[in-house]
Amino acid sequence: MAIETVPANRKLDTQAGRQSRIAAVLLIGLSALTAMVFAQVGDGDAVFRLSRATDAIVLPDLAVPAMEFNYIAAGILAFLGVRLWIRGGSGRISLSLGFGLLLAVAAFLVWATVGKAFSLTGMLQATVVRAVPIALGALAGVLSERVAVTNIAIEGMLLAGAFTGALAGSLLGGWGGVAAAVVVGGLFGLLLAALVVTYRVDQIIAGVVINLFVLGVTSYVSSQVFQEYRFLNNAPVFRVISIPLLSDIPVIGPVLFQQNIFVYGALIMVAVATYYLFYTRSGLRARAVGEHPRAADTLGIDVYRIRYVNVTIAGMVAGFGGAWLTLGLVGRFDENMTGGRGFIALAAMIFGRWHPVGALMAALIFGFADSLQQKLALLQTPIPAEFLAMAPYLATIVVVAGLIGRARAPAADGKPYIKE
Amino acid sequence: MEIELRGITKRFGEVVANSDVNLTIRAGEVLGLLGENGAGKSTLMNVLSGLYRPDGGEILIDGKPVQFRGPGDAIRAGIGMVHQHFMLVPVFTVAENVVLGVEPTGPVDFLDLKKARAQVREINETYGLEVDPDEFIENLPVGVQQRVEIIKVLFRSANAIIFDEPTAVLTPQEVTEFFAIVKSLRSAGKAIVFITHKLHEILEVADRISVLREGRIVGEGVPGKTTDLELAEMMVGRPVSFNVAKKPFSPGPVLLDVQHLTVLRENDAVAVNDLSLNVRAGEIVGIAGVQGNGQSELVEALAGVRRVAGGSVMFQGKDITGASARDRHRLGMAHIPEDRQRTGIIAAFTVAENMVLDTYYDSRFSHGLAMDWQAVNQNSAAAAAAFDVRTPSVFEKAGHLSGGNQQKLVVARELNRDTKLLIAAQPTRGLDVGSIEYIHKRIVDAREEGDGILIVSSELDEIMSLCDRILVMFKGRVVAEFGAAGRPANKNDIGLAMAGVAA
Repeated sequence: MAIETVPANRKLDTQAGRQSRIAAVLLIGLSALTAMVFAQVGDGDAVFRLSRATDAIVLPDLAVPAMEFNYIAAGILAFLGVRLWIRGGSGRISLSLGFGLLLAVAAFLVWATVGKAFSLTGMLQATVVRAVPIALGALAGVLSERVAVTNIAIEGMLLAGAFTGALAGSLLGGWGGVAAAVVVGGLFGLLLAALVVTYRVDQIIAGVVINLFVLGVTSYVSSQVFQEYRFLNNAPVFRVISIPLLSDIPVIGPVLFQQNIFVYGALIMVAVATYYLFYTRSGLRARAVGEHPRAADTLGIDVYRIRYVNVTIAGMVAGFGGAWLTLGLVGRFDENMTGGRGFIALAAMIFGRWHPVGALMAALIFGFADSLQQKLALLQTPIPAEFLAMAPYLATIVVVAGLIGRARAPAADGKPYIKE
Repeated sequence: MEIELRGITKRFGEVVANSDVNLTIRAGEVLGLLGENGAGKSTLMNVLSGLYRPDGGEILIDGKPVQFRGPGDAIRAGIGMVHQHFMLVPVFTVAENVVLGVEPTGPVDFLDLKKARAQVREINETYGLEVDPDEFIENLPVGVQQRVEIIKVLFRSANAIIFDEPTAVLTPQEVTEFFAIVKSLRSAGKAIVFITHKLHEILEVADRISVLREGRIVGEGVPGKTTDLELAEMMVGRPVSFNVAKKPFSPGPVLLDVQHLTVLRENDAVAVNDLSLNVRAGEIVGIAGVQGNGQSELVEALAGVRRVAGGSVMFQGKDITGASARDRHRLGMAHIPEDRQRTGIIAAFTVAENMVLDTYYDSRFSHGLAMDWQAVNQNSAAAAAAFDVRTPSVFEKAGHLSGGNQQKLVVARELNRDTKLLIAAQPTRGLDVGSIEYIHKRIVDAREEGDGILIVSSELDEIMSLCDRILVMFKGRVVAEFGAAGRPANKNDIGLAMAGVAA
């Protein structure tokens, strides 16, 4: 209900005020870290390569004076932190914090690369590649949680997709592998829907059961069968398709337009899912089922059918994402090769506030951290790269705990609907 | 159009909710369906709207028997229902809610919201309802939300409209507006069913009245011929009196002193805005107001379960602004929360366990790490007997008790000790007449013992019959005071203040 605001001269203990104080402390802490650690590098430039010599348009390398850059970054961070502290809840908290984190990451990179050269474009390209399974997993999460089915089984669906992709890909070729992965993912979606919608199994337990089942079966087959018959685990890998003209744009070209079908597929699916959820009749009904199933039911909408359909589609999306691991990357299946990406996808879904585009953005951030960790290992920094790789998950905890801005889940999320 | 219910029977497990009910609904007529909470009114109408399937009997429309497999069938047959708890998606707009299920679409399943908006405006104009199709439901006051529900039903070209307890959440002024809408729908030839437990409303708006008790039709009446006392007797099954007897007003010293209290909602919206009030010993102070004007947040802040954003709360001269709920409890404050199912009891716990939720740590009931269950059970049995909690034993799950007995359990837990101040939110919501009478008596007894009492209720009748002083809350502020030093309590003036009209 809209209510006139309390006079500004009275100091109230508001939620936004508490959040901005937390954010301010974080920013000031980052500022101190940047000034006292990252800026202590002596003279020298950090060189970032933006193009390869073979590219159509070659950009010059970007040379950043390390100490100066990092002192300035520390200054800006301190300014943002102090401003947030003084102004309390009236500032744009998440904007300041987002910019501050970006700056801190840049400062870290400059510190880590000083006196060396580092391919920025290469890392961004790897970011997109690594974001693919997380984005597709998160999209699967969005599709099922929008109809109020909590999907813990994404991990299992990804793994099933990866396994099926390798097996069917070895026998039928790449496209056959993708198709089979999508079908198997869809079947697991259907299984999850049957368990939680029809049999009202606790949604978390149903998801965990599916994860364990898939892990067990695929591990058994890969260690017992694939060892013996190696031709069953020898799938082709989809090649990079360069899109004419667009792929020649510096930086953006290699990052977005020199990728394989999984990257393009993920981008298209995010677009289609956004259209579906927010611009179509079916999407309106699906969201109604996720927010207020009883209201949907009283209007003659079949809550169960919509949940079945959406969760099955979610499984198909996750199956496609899982196929990326085998058919888009290495061409073979290894035990538990998803390594928790399904759970990271859930975090990305929450971080992206249950929106397909948000989920993609969150997946890109996680992918960035992932590829950064890999590249930093080559640079041999004094700080283990794994620490930086933890940052996005810390950020997720902060968001999920509601410390800074609250993400709002679909109102009926996780609750079974009992028709009377 | 004429709808006939013939011999409708509906059971939930052992419980018979409707038994052999016969009812006729005609076009251009308002049928009032009167009954207490739990009499089976809503169940009957859920059968008619296709949400429940009857275990016996049949529904005839214009003489032809029909079978509803779901609400969709009932909607197609021209029956629309406005539920007591609105069936609206809070994060959707008005237009999205109205068209949900019968959406206008373009190519590729495209949702044509432009057309939807135009259709909502058209219904707005036809029936004189003013609702902005682009506003989100969660931003609308309840009165307007109800109009959205009516638009939803009209949008599906319903010929029969069922209103389930439609006035429960409205201000007296909104009720008047609502009756005008009902009358215009009637003259448009719609058949209307009006379900309520409020006698004066049914006498005002209905053309015919059927009374439901314990799942059966127990009587019929016609406004102008049947009196409210006759209807009340049919509804309750025994003669009832509407008055609460209490001693003359002689207040003692100030117990609770609230100064400039500000309380925020989760999203930092102001719920209680710079509010000051006090409660004296031996006084019942009532807070009237339409739901959602900050009463819940006020009570939660006073009970110590919601953070205070500004201002102070003093109890017997002691600052308790930041005190915990347990500290307040120890000082002699008692709290009857507004939602007994969610915050009053733990349904899966036994009566005895519920009875010691606030005192389990006391040396009477626990020693070191161990609970003394014998003491707990004995104490609970005594309290249950003293407060008329009807339960087979104290080992019964609280969730199995009737609403009235659950509430008496809460009252027993809160008052079965030496209290000084009682804060009661919606103490009789959804209860049967017998339980209401009992709980009112207990509240008056507490006043007679010299306790201060603060009651929040959306039932104006309850506030007016119980309270010595009435404060009206609107948008987080106290906007008017009636009784004692202020103006004498008058239903019309209170209603105006509840609607925010400057008093």
